[in-house]
Amino acid sequence: MNLSPSVIALLPEYVLTLVGVLLMLVEAVLKPGTSRKPLGWLAIAGTTAAGFISYYQLRLGTLTAFSGSIQVDAFSVFFHLLIAAVVLATLLGSLDYFEGHVNLAGEYFALVLFGAVGMMLMTCSVELLMVFIGLEISSISTYILAGFRKGQGTAVESSIKYFLLGSFATAFFLYGIALAYGSTGSTAIAAIAHGLATSATPHMAFLALGMMIVGLGFKVSAAPFHVWTPDVYQGAPAPVVGMMSTAPKAAAFAVLLRITFSGFPMMEHRWSLLIWGLAALSMTIGNLGALKQNDVKRLLAYSSIAHAGYLLVAFTAFPAAGISAACFYTAAYAAMNVGAFAVVTQVGGYNESLRTIEDYKSLALRRPILSALLAFFLLSLIGIPFTGGFFGKFYVFNAALQAGHVWIVIIGLLNSGVACFYYLRVLSSVYAKPEESTEALPSAAGSSTGDLSASLSSPAAVAISVPAGIALALAAAAVLMLGILPNHILHLANFASASLR
Amino acid sequence: MNIDHIILTLIVFVPLAGALLLALLPDRGKTMQWAALAVTLFTFLLTLHLPFHYSYASPSGVFQFEQNLPWIASPVIRYHLGVDGLSMWLMVLTGLLAPLGVLISWRAIDSRKKLFYVLFLLQQVAMMGIFVSLDLFLYYAFWEMSLIPMAILISTFGRTKRRRLAAIKYFLYAFIPSALLLVAMLWVYAKTGTFDLPKLADLAAQHAISPSSSALWIASLGFLLAFSVKIPVFPLHGWLVDAICEAPTAAVMVLAGKTALYSILRFSFAIFPEQSHRIAPLMIALAVIGIVYGSLLALVQNDLKQLAAYSTLGHLSFITLGIFTFTIAGLDGGIYQILNHGISGGAFFMLLGLLYERYGTYDIREYGGLAQKLPWIVTLYAITTLSIIGLPMLNSFVGEFLILSGSMQSPFAHRHILTALATTGVILSAAYMMRMLQRVFYCDLGSKPQAVAGWDLDTREHLALWPLVALFLAMGLAPSIWTRAIDTYGTAVNAAVLSPATPTTLQVTSLQTTTGGAR
Repeated sequence: MNLSPSVIALLPEYVLTLVGVLLMLVEAVLKPGTSRKPLGWLAIAGTTAAGFISYYQLRLGTLTAFSGSIQVDAFSVFFHLLIAAVVLATLLGSLDYFEGHVNLAGEYFALVLFGAVGMMLMTCSVELLMVFIGLEISSISTYILAGFRKGQGTAVESSIKYFLLGSFATAFFLYGIALAYGSTGSTAIAAIAHGLATSATPHMAFLALGMMIVGLGFKVSAAPFHVWTPDVYQGAPAPVVGMMSTAPKAAAFAVLLRITFSGFPMMEHRWSLLIWGLAALSMTIGNLGALKQNDVKRLLAYSSIAHAGYLLVAFTAFPAAGISAACFYTAAYAAMNVGAFAVVTQVGGYNESLRTIEDYKSLALRRPILSALLAFFLLSLIGIPFTGGFFGKFYVFNAALQAGHVWIVIIGLLNSGVACFYYLRVLSSVYAKPEESTEALPSAAGSSTGDLSASLSSPAAVAISVPAGIALALAAAAVLMLGILPNHILHLANFASASLR
Repeated sequence: MNIDHIILTLIVFVPLAGALLLALLPDRGKTMQWAALAVTLFTFLLTLHLPFHYSYASPSGVFQFEQNLPWIASPVIRYHLGVDGLSMWLMVLTGLLAPLGVLISWRAIDSRKKLFYVLFLLQQVAMMGIFVSLDLFLYYAFWEMSLIPMAILISTFGRTKRRRLAAIKYFLYAFIPSALLLVAMLWVYAKTGTFDLPKLADLAAQHAISPSSSALWIASLGFLLAFSVKIPVFPLHGWLVDAICEAPTAAVMVLAGKTALYSILRFSFAIFPEQSHRIAPLMIALAVIGIVYGSLLALVQNDLKQLAAYSTLGHLSFITLGIFTFTIAGLDGGIYQILNHGISGGAFFMLLGLLYERYGTYDIREYGGLAQKLPWIVTLYAITTLSIIGLPMLNSFVGEFLILSGSMQSPFAHRHILTALATTGVILSAAYMMRMLQRVFYCDLGSKPQAVAGWDLDTREHLALWPLVALFLAMGLAPSIWTRAIDTYGTAVNAAVLSPATPTTLQVTSLQTTTGGAR
């Protein structure tokens, strides 16, 4: 088979797009009420294939396509694999999510795949306009996915909020591209770095970078661009949150890494200060905000803000260890967060019957395996040793300290002390004694109590379906592996980092 | 393959495998207890391998049973395990206390046994890991890991409504300084490019870690603060009383002291010898304050657990005093006293737990006259009390004697006054312990013993307590069995930290006379 280089370079995206379109077409001819599971399995197969193709591309060296606007190197392959893994886990975890609402499932699977296409495109574009297209593709599908539990007030709120604020953010990004073009004469990242040296208007270039950081800061929910996060995460379906708190963020971080490290390395002394501030602010606001939350999804939303902050710390470690630390942390964060939301999906179901920390009380007695997994993922989010979260944090802070940024490390570590507090609140509720819950429940009585007892009595809610079990096992294995045997991923991250520099 | 090379790995990971096994077994009848007992006993047998195959002749700084494998390529992290005279007996002690802890929890923990024993075993994994790790990263991983099972044990198996608060207090007190410890460790790595302790100790001996003395000072304080909180040293003891009051007996037995004191000896002294020596007067002063303060507060408590908590503070401060004198006698005595505190304090907490199991209260005022009803308990209780207050022929006497004589010989200012003040701790501890003994076991029959029919020790409890009582006597009569290994460490630290001008020969002879005298 003789494929043109452009086709080979974008083969994973092509595969996903084709599968997505196929899903849409088949969905249209399926009768309402018939199971959409085969479509889900098709999506899973497509994602797996895309992942394998990406991995294969690693051997081909750096590929370029479409007159240099696409560049497939180790860096983009790393993020391709990560996105494929997250999407795979999301699809597996939501295969049985639409029990009783099967008519929605087809488009859902297709939208997830289209989102993945956008994210993958973002990570392999070295031309800002191409990045923008990828950003739009991924954003539009996530806007729709956020409001997917149709008929629920919070879902609509979530979707609209995300859409409005997201459009602003992408406008900022676009504005940044325009300014960068004005200042350096190009929208290709490599050419920008080149043009920066001779640019007559360096301040405008920095403004351009600032605009792009604002746009991407929104996507990764870094403070102070984080305000949408809790509301959107609360209203969106749990499996979608699991995905959109990890995969698009990973893609946005990849873009940010490309822009800062290979587009504007000359301005490092200026943007590193900016990123420093964003990191400190995100960690602090995220962790302090999470302290007061009672809704588990909101709590995890604030936690994801804080984790965006930890990740930004890696950017200050310019130029040596920063990229690989950021790559590794993205992977570790994706594994544990997807895992945590997979548990939330499983215990809550489509109706999200368990919302607050109160609702999670004594979960360990009813669903011991899920509780143990949740505990494991939360401990990893805290950063307890022998989990991916710990090694990721360790690696990031080590990189920052090597670069001489002592204070951000101290701020970060103190923040992780604060973070324990709210994660442990969830944990201690999950493992609380049952007699306490009977004392406490009447005070928390309300709409949720009815759902709670319903989900308790129905035996269907107690069994974990096979695909969801696979997703959970994959996430747990990934978190454990990243914590105990990180060598392989570290190697890949270093490889990725080398290809970017 | 020789078992010597993997024995440490086995000791650390057998409890982990045990925890996994327990998690999979059904929680029915007494399955959990028997399984946990089997695992901990097996681990204990494994730790016994160490003293029998330890080469006592080799000098300290040479680690034995070493295992050194590459783990993570960059940053350079190695799976480096080893023991020396400092850690060997601590491991045996930890190994011994675990099965006793299981025996004593046999009936006390009656619901959610699986969670309890799994956490208990994980706690043991972490402690063993702390004692054997010679790589800073590996060590830190175990150090952090040790927080979690303990915090969950306190928050779920605590006695009163205050358990959540106690757990959070414990966790925050321990976690935040640990974060600074991590910064300090990363800084050391950034300067030296290694996490390997023996290498770092060599670099430190050559003053090659960093030329900046202020940075070294800050890093050394990062280390010392994290450890001081966990011991705890006087103004940092806020978590101790609540944690001890809430935690179940088996957890209290391993809660305070050992790991943090060990960490100071192993890491602070090795990586920051000069700074540790310079800050010693402050630590000694805090230790003396801790001794007097803890003992005085113990004197006025009406709650047995609180009394035990303040007494723990006093006795741990004694050890801090000993090791910071940097004399051979002080160091040896301090390390010996860590072991003593483990067994005497362990026995004391076990006995308190037994009383609580029978009468459901720790309030001294509700007890009284128990001696008539529980002859075995009172016997063992009295022996334990005597051991804690340091009666000659029993274990603590040797340790306290060495510590005080070391303190008298220390090169620091005001040593005579400070030693005299510390000695009041011995008297005060006798005062509060005897007073408690009298109020609980003698006097008239109290309200609780009248209302509730207690029962004397059963076979299981006998089995849990007698080994410790036998050790009181053995460690009091033949300390050289233990000090043989410990002394290699004490001598080496003393020689490394103090300038060669100090007359070390004098101290060696004085040590011999003191141990001889104790015998």
